[in-house]
Amino acid sequence: MLLPAIVLVVIYEYGPMVGIVMAFQDYVPAFGFFGSEWVGWDNFEFVLSLPDTRQVVWNTIFIASMKIVAGLIAPLLTALLLNEVGKAAFRRSVQTVIYLPHFLSWVILGGILIDVLSPSNGIVNQFLGIFGVDPIYFLGDNDWFPYTLVVSDTWKEFGFNTVVYLAAITAIDPSLYEVASVDGAGRLRQTWHITLPGMAPIIVLLATLSLGNVLNAGFEQVFVMYSPQVYDSGDIIDTFVFRLGLIDFQYSAAAAVGLFKSVVSLLFIGLSYFLAYRFARYRIF
Amino acid sequence: MPVATAKRVDSRRVFVVVNYVLLGLLALLCLFPLLHILALSFSSSAAASTGRVVLWPVEFTTAAYEYAFSNPQFLRSFGTSVERVVLGVTVNMVLTVLVAYALSKESHVLRGRTVYVWFFVITMLFGGGLIPTFMVVQSTGLLDSIWALVLPKAVPVFNVILLLNFFRGLPRELEEAAFVDGAGHWRVLWNVYLPLSKPALATIMLFTIVAHWNSWFDGIIYMNSPENYPLQSYLQTLVVEDTLSVRSPEELELLQDISNRTYKAAQIFLAALPVLAVYPFLQRYFVKGITLGSVKG
Repeated sequence: MLLPAIVLVVIYEYGPMVGIVMAFQDYVPAFGFFGSEWVGWDNFEFVLSLPDTRQVVWNTIFIASMKIVAGLIAPLLTALLLNEVGKAAFRRSVQTVIYLPHFLSWVILGGILIDVLSPSNGIVNQFLGIFGVDPIYFLGDNDWFPYTLVVSDTWKEFGFNTVVYLAAITAIDPSLYEVASVDGAGRLRQTWHITLPGMAPIIVLLATLSLGNVLNAGFEQVFVMYSPQVYDSGDIIDTFVFRLGLIDFQYSAAAAVGLFKSVVSLLFIGLSYFLAYRFARYRIF
Repeated sequence: MPVATAKRVDSRRVFVVVNYVLLGLLALLCLFPLLHILALSFSSSAAASTGRVVLWPVEFTTAAYEYAFSNPQFLRSFGTSVERVVLGVTVNMVLTVLVAYALSKESHVLRGRTVYVWFFVITMLFGGGLIPTFMVVQSTGLLDSIWALVLPKAVPVFNVILLLNFFRGLPRELEEAAFVDGAGHWRVLWNVYLPLSKPALATIMLFTIVAHWNSWFDGIIYMNSPENYPLQSYLQTLVVEDTLSVRSPEELELLQDISNRTYKAAQIFLAALPVLAVYPFLQRYFVKGITLGSVKG
């Protein structure tokens, strides 16, 4: 039963791992992996000598960490507010709607955002114009671009984690609330002393698991939304690898950067799973 | 103390109203961009370029849609996407079920179970990266073929783990009874496990359908000729590319009624439509699916 899956995984998942050797070679397609010359760490030194590298790594970490923080807080607040809603129909509709963008691809949302945020005739700038704000180049200005990425990513994904948080709230024992209200605690105190501590395990879990993403600033989103004007603030490791490898044909150098990212990510994922197991007894299988 | 209570009731009422308004606005914020694009796609180019369109079409026209449907590339890409979803989901589902069934057994039934589980899980944690993956796909001769979009991601390990955990939650006695009656593993899988797992299977299947329909980057790197692009990849080039190319004199006439902007809006909306259409019916499954996957035990 396992055979077909194993064959495919060996070829398409483990095969590329063998291909990593080219990060240590001066890879020439005509010679292949076995004929190309070994150059040790030269590719890594070459990449480090590129003027953009430092900026790209910084951009990646900066964008990714802002996304992680916003992606933890926004759904938490939404879930707490939704939990206070009495009408089930309203709660369900809000939940359904905020969950929707998660299911649309970055191409579709990118297309929509490029139109909506356009400085000349986008609806957002038109709206801001009413208050006398000059058009903002959300996607073309290095000061705005990273924040545009973070806000739009949070917008796309917050509904998803809201649902996870809500599920955690429903699991809290209702008798705790009864006891608290008999003791005279208002809704705010109940939220602070019962709901939040009750959600703590899932918050800790999501926070630790998101640690693995410090080098994932969201390739698809950036790829759709960036342009050469904002490379300074928006170029991330993944887009850099793409251009270096598949556009400039610097296969070995790109593979070296990719390997660096995979190894660092693996360390972070390992650490996060260890922490998740330690503090939340989380196991993946 | 009546005064204090009255105050508390008052502030509670204020909070409830503010809360409803806030959440309503939040929901609107998620829906608004979509509705705006929909309105744009049905508006005339003049109305779109002068910024008179907000949430309702101005000078209603379906020209942008007619143009999209007269575009052979759009139709071809749509076809490729449909083909991809059918092939990809079939391969994904068959492999997910087979692997999950085998791995749901205890070590004394499947020898080396832990090794197999790690074999699959490692691929979730570590990968070769973009360039080596591209070269493997290239060297197995898949470039420009629909299989390049299906085979490299044939085993969705995350879904396997979801289903495997679901299988392990089923009562062991059912399986034992079947074995006593002389059933083999295939029979048990087909006649006992699968009928009991319909909700989990539905969730996973929906995840895979959406994933295949939405993915575009693999189309861009593995398809050398743009004619083979699935819809979302084609759309990506359209989003980047800013000019509308005229293909024939008859089209010039059509172009008077549409603009780059309304045309893009129409195609974006058409590409989102399948997901939007199934979404309201299926979202409760998705909700079950993520709670199944994220908060276990």
